Amino acid sequence: MEALKWPIIDFLQALSTGLLVGGTYGLMCVGLGIIFGVMRVVNFAQGDFMMLGMYVAYYLVTGFGVLAFLGPYAGPVVGAILAGPIVFVFGWLLHRFLISRVTGARVVSADAEGHYMQLIMTLGVALVLSNGGLILFGSLPLSVQTPLSRESWEIGPVFLNQARTVAFVLAAAFAVGLYLFLTRSDLGKTMRAAADNPIAAAYMGINVDRLHRFAFGLGVGITAIAGGLIASSQSFQPYIGFDFVIVMYAGVVLGGMGSILGAFWGGLTIGLVQQMSTLILPYQLQNTAIFVVFLLIIFLRPQGMFGRVAERT
Amino acid sequence: MRRSGLGGQYLAIAAFAAVCLLVGWLVHNSYYQLIITLVLIWATAGVSWNMLSGYSGMISFGHAAFFGLGGYAMTIAFVQFDITPWIGIPLGVLVGMVAAIVIGLPTFRLRGHYFALSMLAYPLAMLYVFEWLGYQEVSLPMKREAPALYAQFSDPRAYIALALLLLVVCMIVSLHVERSRFGMSLTAIKQNEPAASAAGIDAWRWKMLALIVSAGMAAAAGGLYAIVLLVVTPQTMFGALVSAQALIIPMFGGIGVFWGPVIGAAILVPLAETLNAQLGNILPGIQGVVYGLAIIFITLLAPEGIYWSVRDRFGSRRAAGASKPSIARAAAIPAAAAAQQFKHPAAGGEALLSLNSVSRAFGGLRAVDDVTVAIKAGTIHGIIGPNGAGKTTLFNVINGFLRADTGSTTFAGSELVGRKPHEICRHGIGRTFQVVRAFPRMTVLENVIVGAYVGTASNVEAERLAMSARERVGMANEQAHAIAGTLTTKQLRLMELARALAPRPRLLLLDETLAGLSHDALEDIVAIIRQVNRDGVTIVIIEHTMQAMMKLADHFSVLDHGKLIAGGPPASVVKDAVVIEAYLGRKWMQRAKDPVA
Repeated sequence: MEALKWPIIDFLQALSTGLLVGGTYGLMCVGLGIIFGVMRVVNFAQGDFMMLGMYVAYYLVTGFGVLAFLGPYAGPVVGAILAGPIVFVFGWLLHRFLISRVTGARVVSADAEGHYMQLIMTLGVALVLSNGGLILFGSLPLSVQTPLSRESWEIGPVFLNQARTVAFVLAAAFAVGLYLFLTRSDLGKTMRAAADNPIAAAYMGINVDRLHRFAFGLGVGITAIAGGLIASSQSFQPYIGFDFVIVMYAGVVLGGMGSILGAFWGGLTIGLVQQMSTLILPYQLQNTAIFVVFLLIIFLRPQGMFGRVAERT
Repeated sequence: MRRSGLGGQYLAIAAFAAVCLLVGWLVHNSYYQLIITLVLIWATAGVSWNMLSGYSGMISFGHAAFFGLGGYAMTIAFVQFDITPWIGIPLGVLVGMVAAIVIGLPTFRLRGHYFALSMLAYPLAMLYVFEWLGYQEVSLPMKREAPALYAQFSDPRAYIALALLLLVVCMIVSLHVERSRFGMSLTAIKQNEPAASAAGIDAWRWKMLALIVSAGMAAAAGGLYAIVLLVVTPQTMFGALVSAQALIIPMFGGIGVFWGPVIGAAILVPLAETLNAQLGNILPGIQGVVYGLAIIFITLLAPEGIYWSVRDRFGSRRAAGASKPSIARAAAIPAAAAAQQFKHPAAGGEALLSLNSVSRAFGGLRAVDDVTVAIKAGTIHGIIGPNGAGKTTLFNVINGFLRADTGSTTFAGSELVGRKPHEICRHGIGRTFQVVRAFPRMTVLENVIVGAYVGTASNVEAERLAMSARERVGMANEQAHAIAGTLTTKQLRLMELARALAPRPRLLLLDETLAGLSHDALEDIVAIIRQVNRDGVTIVIIEHTMQAMMKLADHFSVLDHGKLIAGGPPASVVKDAVVIEAYLGRKWMQRAKDPVA
């Protein structure tokens, strides 16, 4: 009996940690999912916007201590949430001056080539952000230290890290809020209309370009919040974005490209896979496990993965 | 795509090599010598990337996988087994090529950004594996007793010579690929993959071959890089920046031509290295910023890279200089010989193609539903039916784009179901498309040559077949060197017809070849189709223009909602009540019956 007990506890521990981590991954994926869903753009720099969110939270809470007055508990949470609007503005400007030149109506005709141009353009943005981050923030790994980071709640034999639990609850709340916004509000409905058919939406008097700008800002802002939430339980450095591009992409593909809710479940699953992999694989190979799962998803679930299903010949 | 002669290109490569050697020999600062070496190594990595992504259009975000494997294979062989890099680098090339097969097998099922991002996952996964294996930082041991035997030289110029040798070999390989059927096929795949496979090109095989060659080049570059740096880490070999550099250098310099990466490396590598040396202390990530900005600006200002922008600015030699000699050769083709090639023994009235209860569904929609029909040899068989009746789907099933769910298709005695489009083309079935699928940046003649490849192993013969097919469809010789993207609808239709005719098929599938043409143009093409048929080619044609169809077809098959609802001689089919109802609806049936209305 005793011999069986530990593997089961390990399993439950990995499962619960996976769920908690997966919640924030889910929110991160929702950000990428909005951008793909509305604009049909694969944003390679999404991971770097998450990195920006982490640093914004860090500087607000620990670095400059602007939020120190909120105390050690509320401070990091507010810092993470504030990373959203700050990165939103950054994303909005980036779309206005750069991304809009390779997206939208201008490239509708160049179907596949348009995707490549966006991918390559955002690869450039990713390189500038990550290496610019290195110049601005330095290469030292940082984390947003809070008392919660070291505390755990015990549920039976399982430990729930308090910072992760708080992050999970907030991430889930944001995901639900966003879902309601997209399905219930007028702006959300307009965004979905523009996503389904940008040209028809333009004929209906919707300013598609402005809407895309909003969606891009919203997408990177949401991912930045997720980054800010993770920052209190994980150390980070400016190059962290590249790893998370694959994490996010895997989640979005798994959830079905274009589905916002699907992206959340996809991200949650990826978090689970990452934590469960530590049961059988060495700790260092966590990310390798994610990449392998990503490849498996893309190979085994090809439905809905090739854009338009029935191409006219 | 063909530019100046092969000899001229060799001369240019020799001149380039001479300049590199001269500059390398004159420069005495060892730091500048290192930069020259790095330029040459990264140019090789760029040439490698161009081999796959530049020619075939499958953009790889993960060439670091091959670069890193080459570097680590050489290093591990050296450090752990005392194998000299002279053997270690070829070993690394072998490892890289095997990895290319293992990676290509699953990954070539993907397209677009799915392909690009999956390629990124491989080097990143390898990075963590190599870290976990304990290869965080491996230094090459100094071999003082026999340095040259272990590729260790005190004179840095030796490394310049070595890197130059590798680059020149890769450039020459690329040159020959560009000029061969290999390169033409990749270009066709890049410009329109379905059209290429319908024209008999085995897209999968060519892409795989390109990846293997490309991986070998990248692995060699990685091995040399490790020798020059004397130390390898997972980040410098497999890191995202390595993949990015391999992609950015050719995209910056010029995509789809081996000079592109050379130009890109010559500009970007010294820029990034010098800035890093000057400002690296205060701005540690400056190299990455340089590459990032370079790719952003090139995407905005000259998406095809510097080479093409400069070329377009200084005279449009791209179109005019193309394959002058072939015009002279074409004139020598005796016109009479052309007609003769199309003679197939038309086995009087025997079925050449027969479909047996063929069905194909998309989800719940039965696009082709239990169709049985026999196409007799030597006839023109018209397929008519309202929009959405399943006509094009039927063609897609016949030529292998779609697999029939049930039923069988036999052509000249062999089963077609389960075969790939290029195999079916090889069997003697050509096709055209409802919306013309040209290779828009190739010339008319090149488009047709791509179609002719399946008919012959010789390139000269392919060109001869192409010229005769062009004559068959009545396209003037002057049009042969026009870029396909500039043609009118009629010219495009004729070109597509010539491409399908070039390999001398026994059966042609024509999908709305007459759509959108003026009356005169329509008459011309009808006459050409007739002549092709008279020369022995069996024709199945989808068409809405009933007047033309009545004149052309010997036999009609009528499809509606995927089902074959009528068949027979045109005159009787158009009087068939079921057909009129399918086309015009029930109301019109009443009117037809009631002469007063």
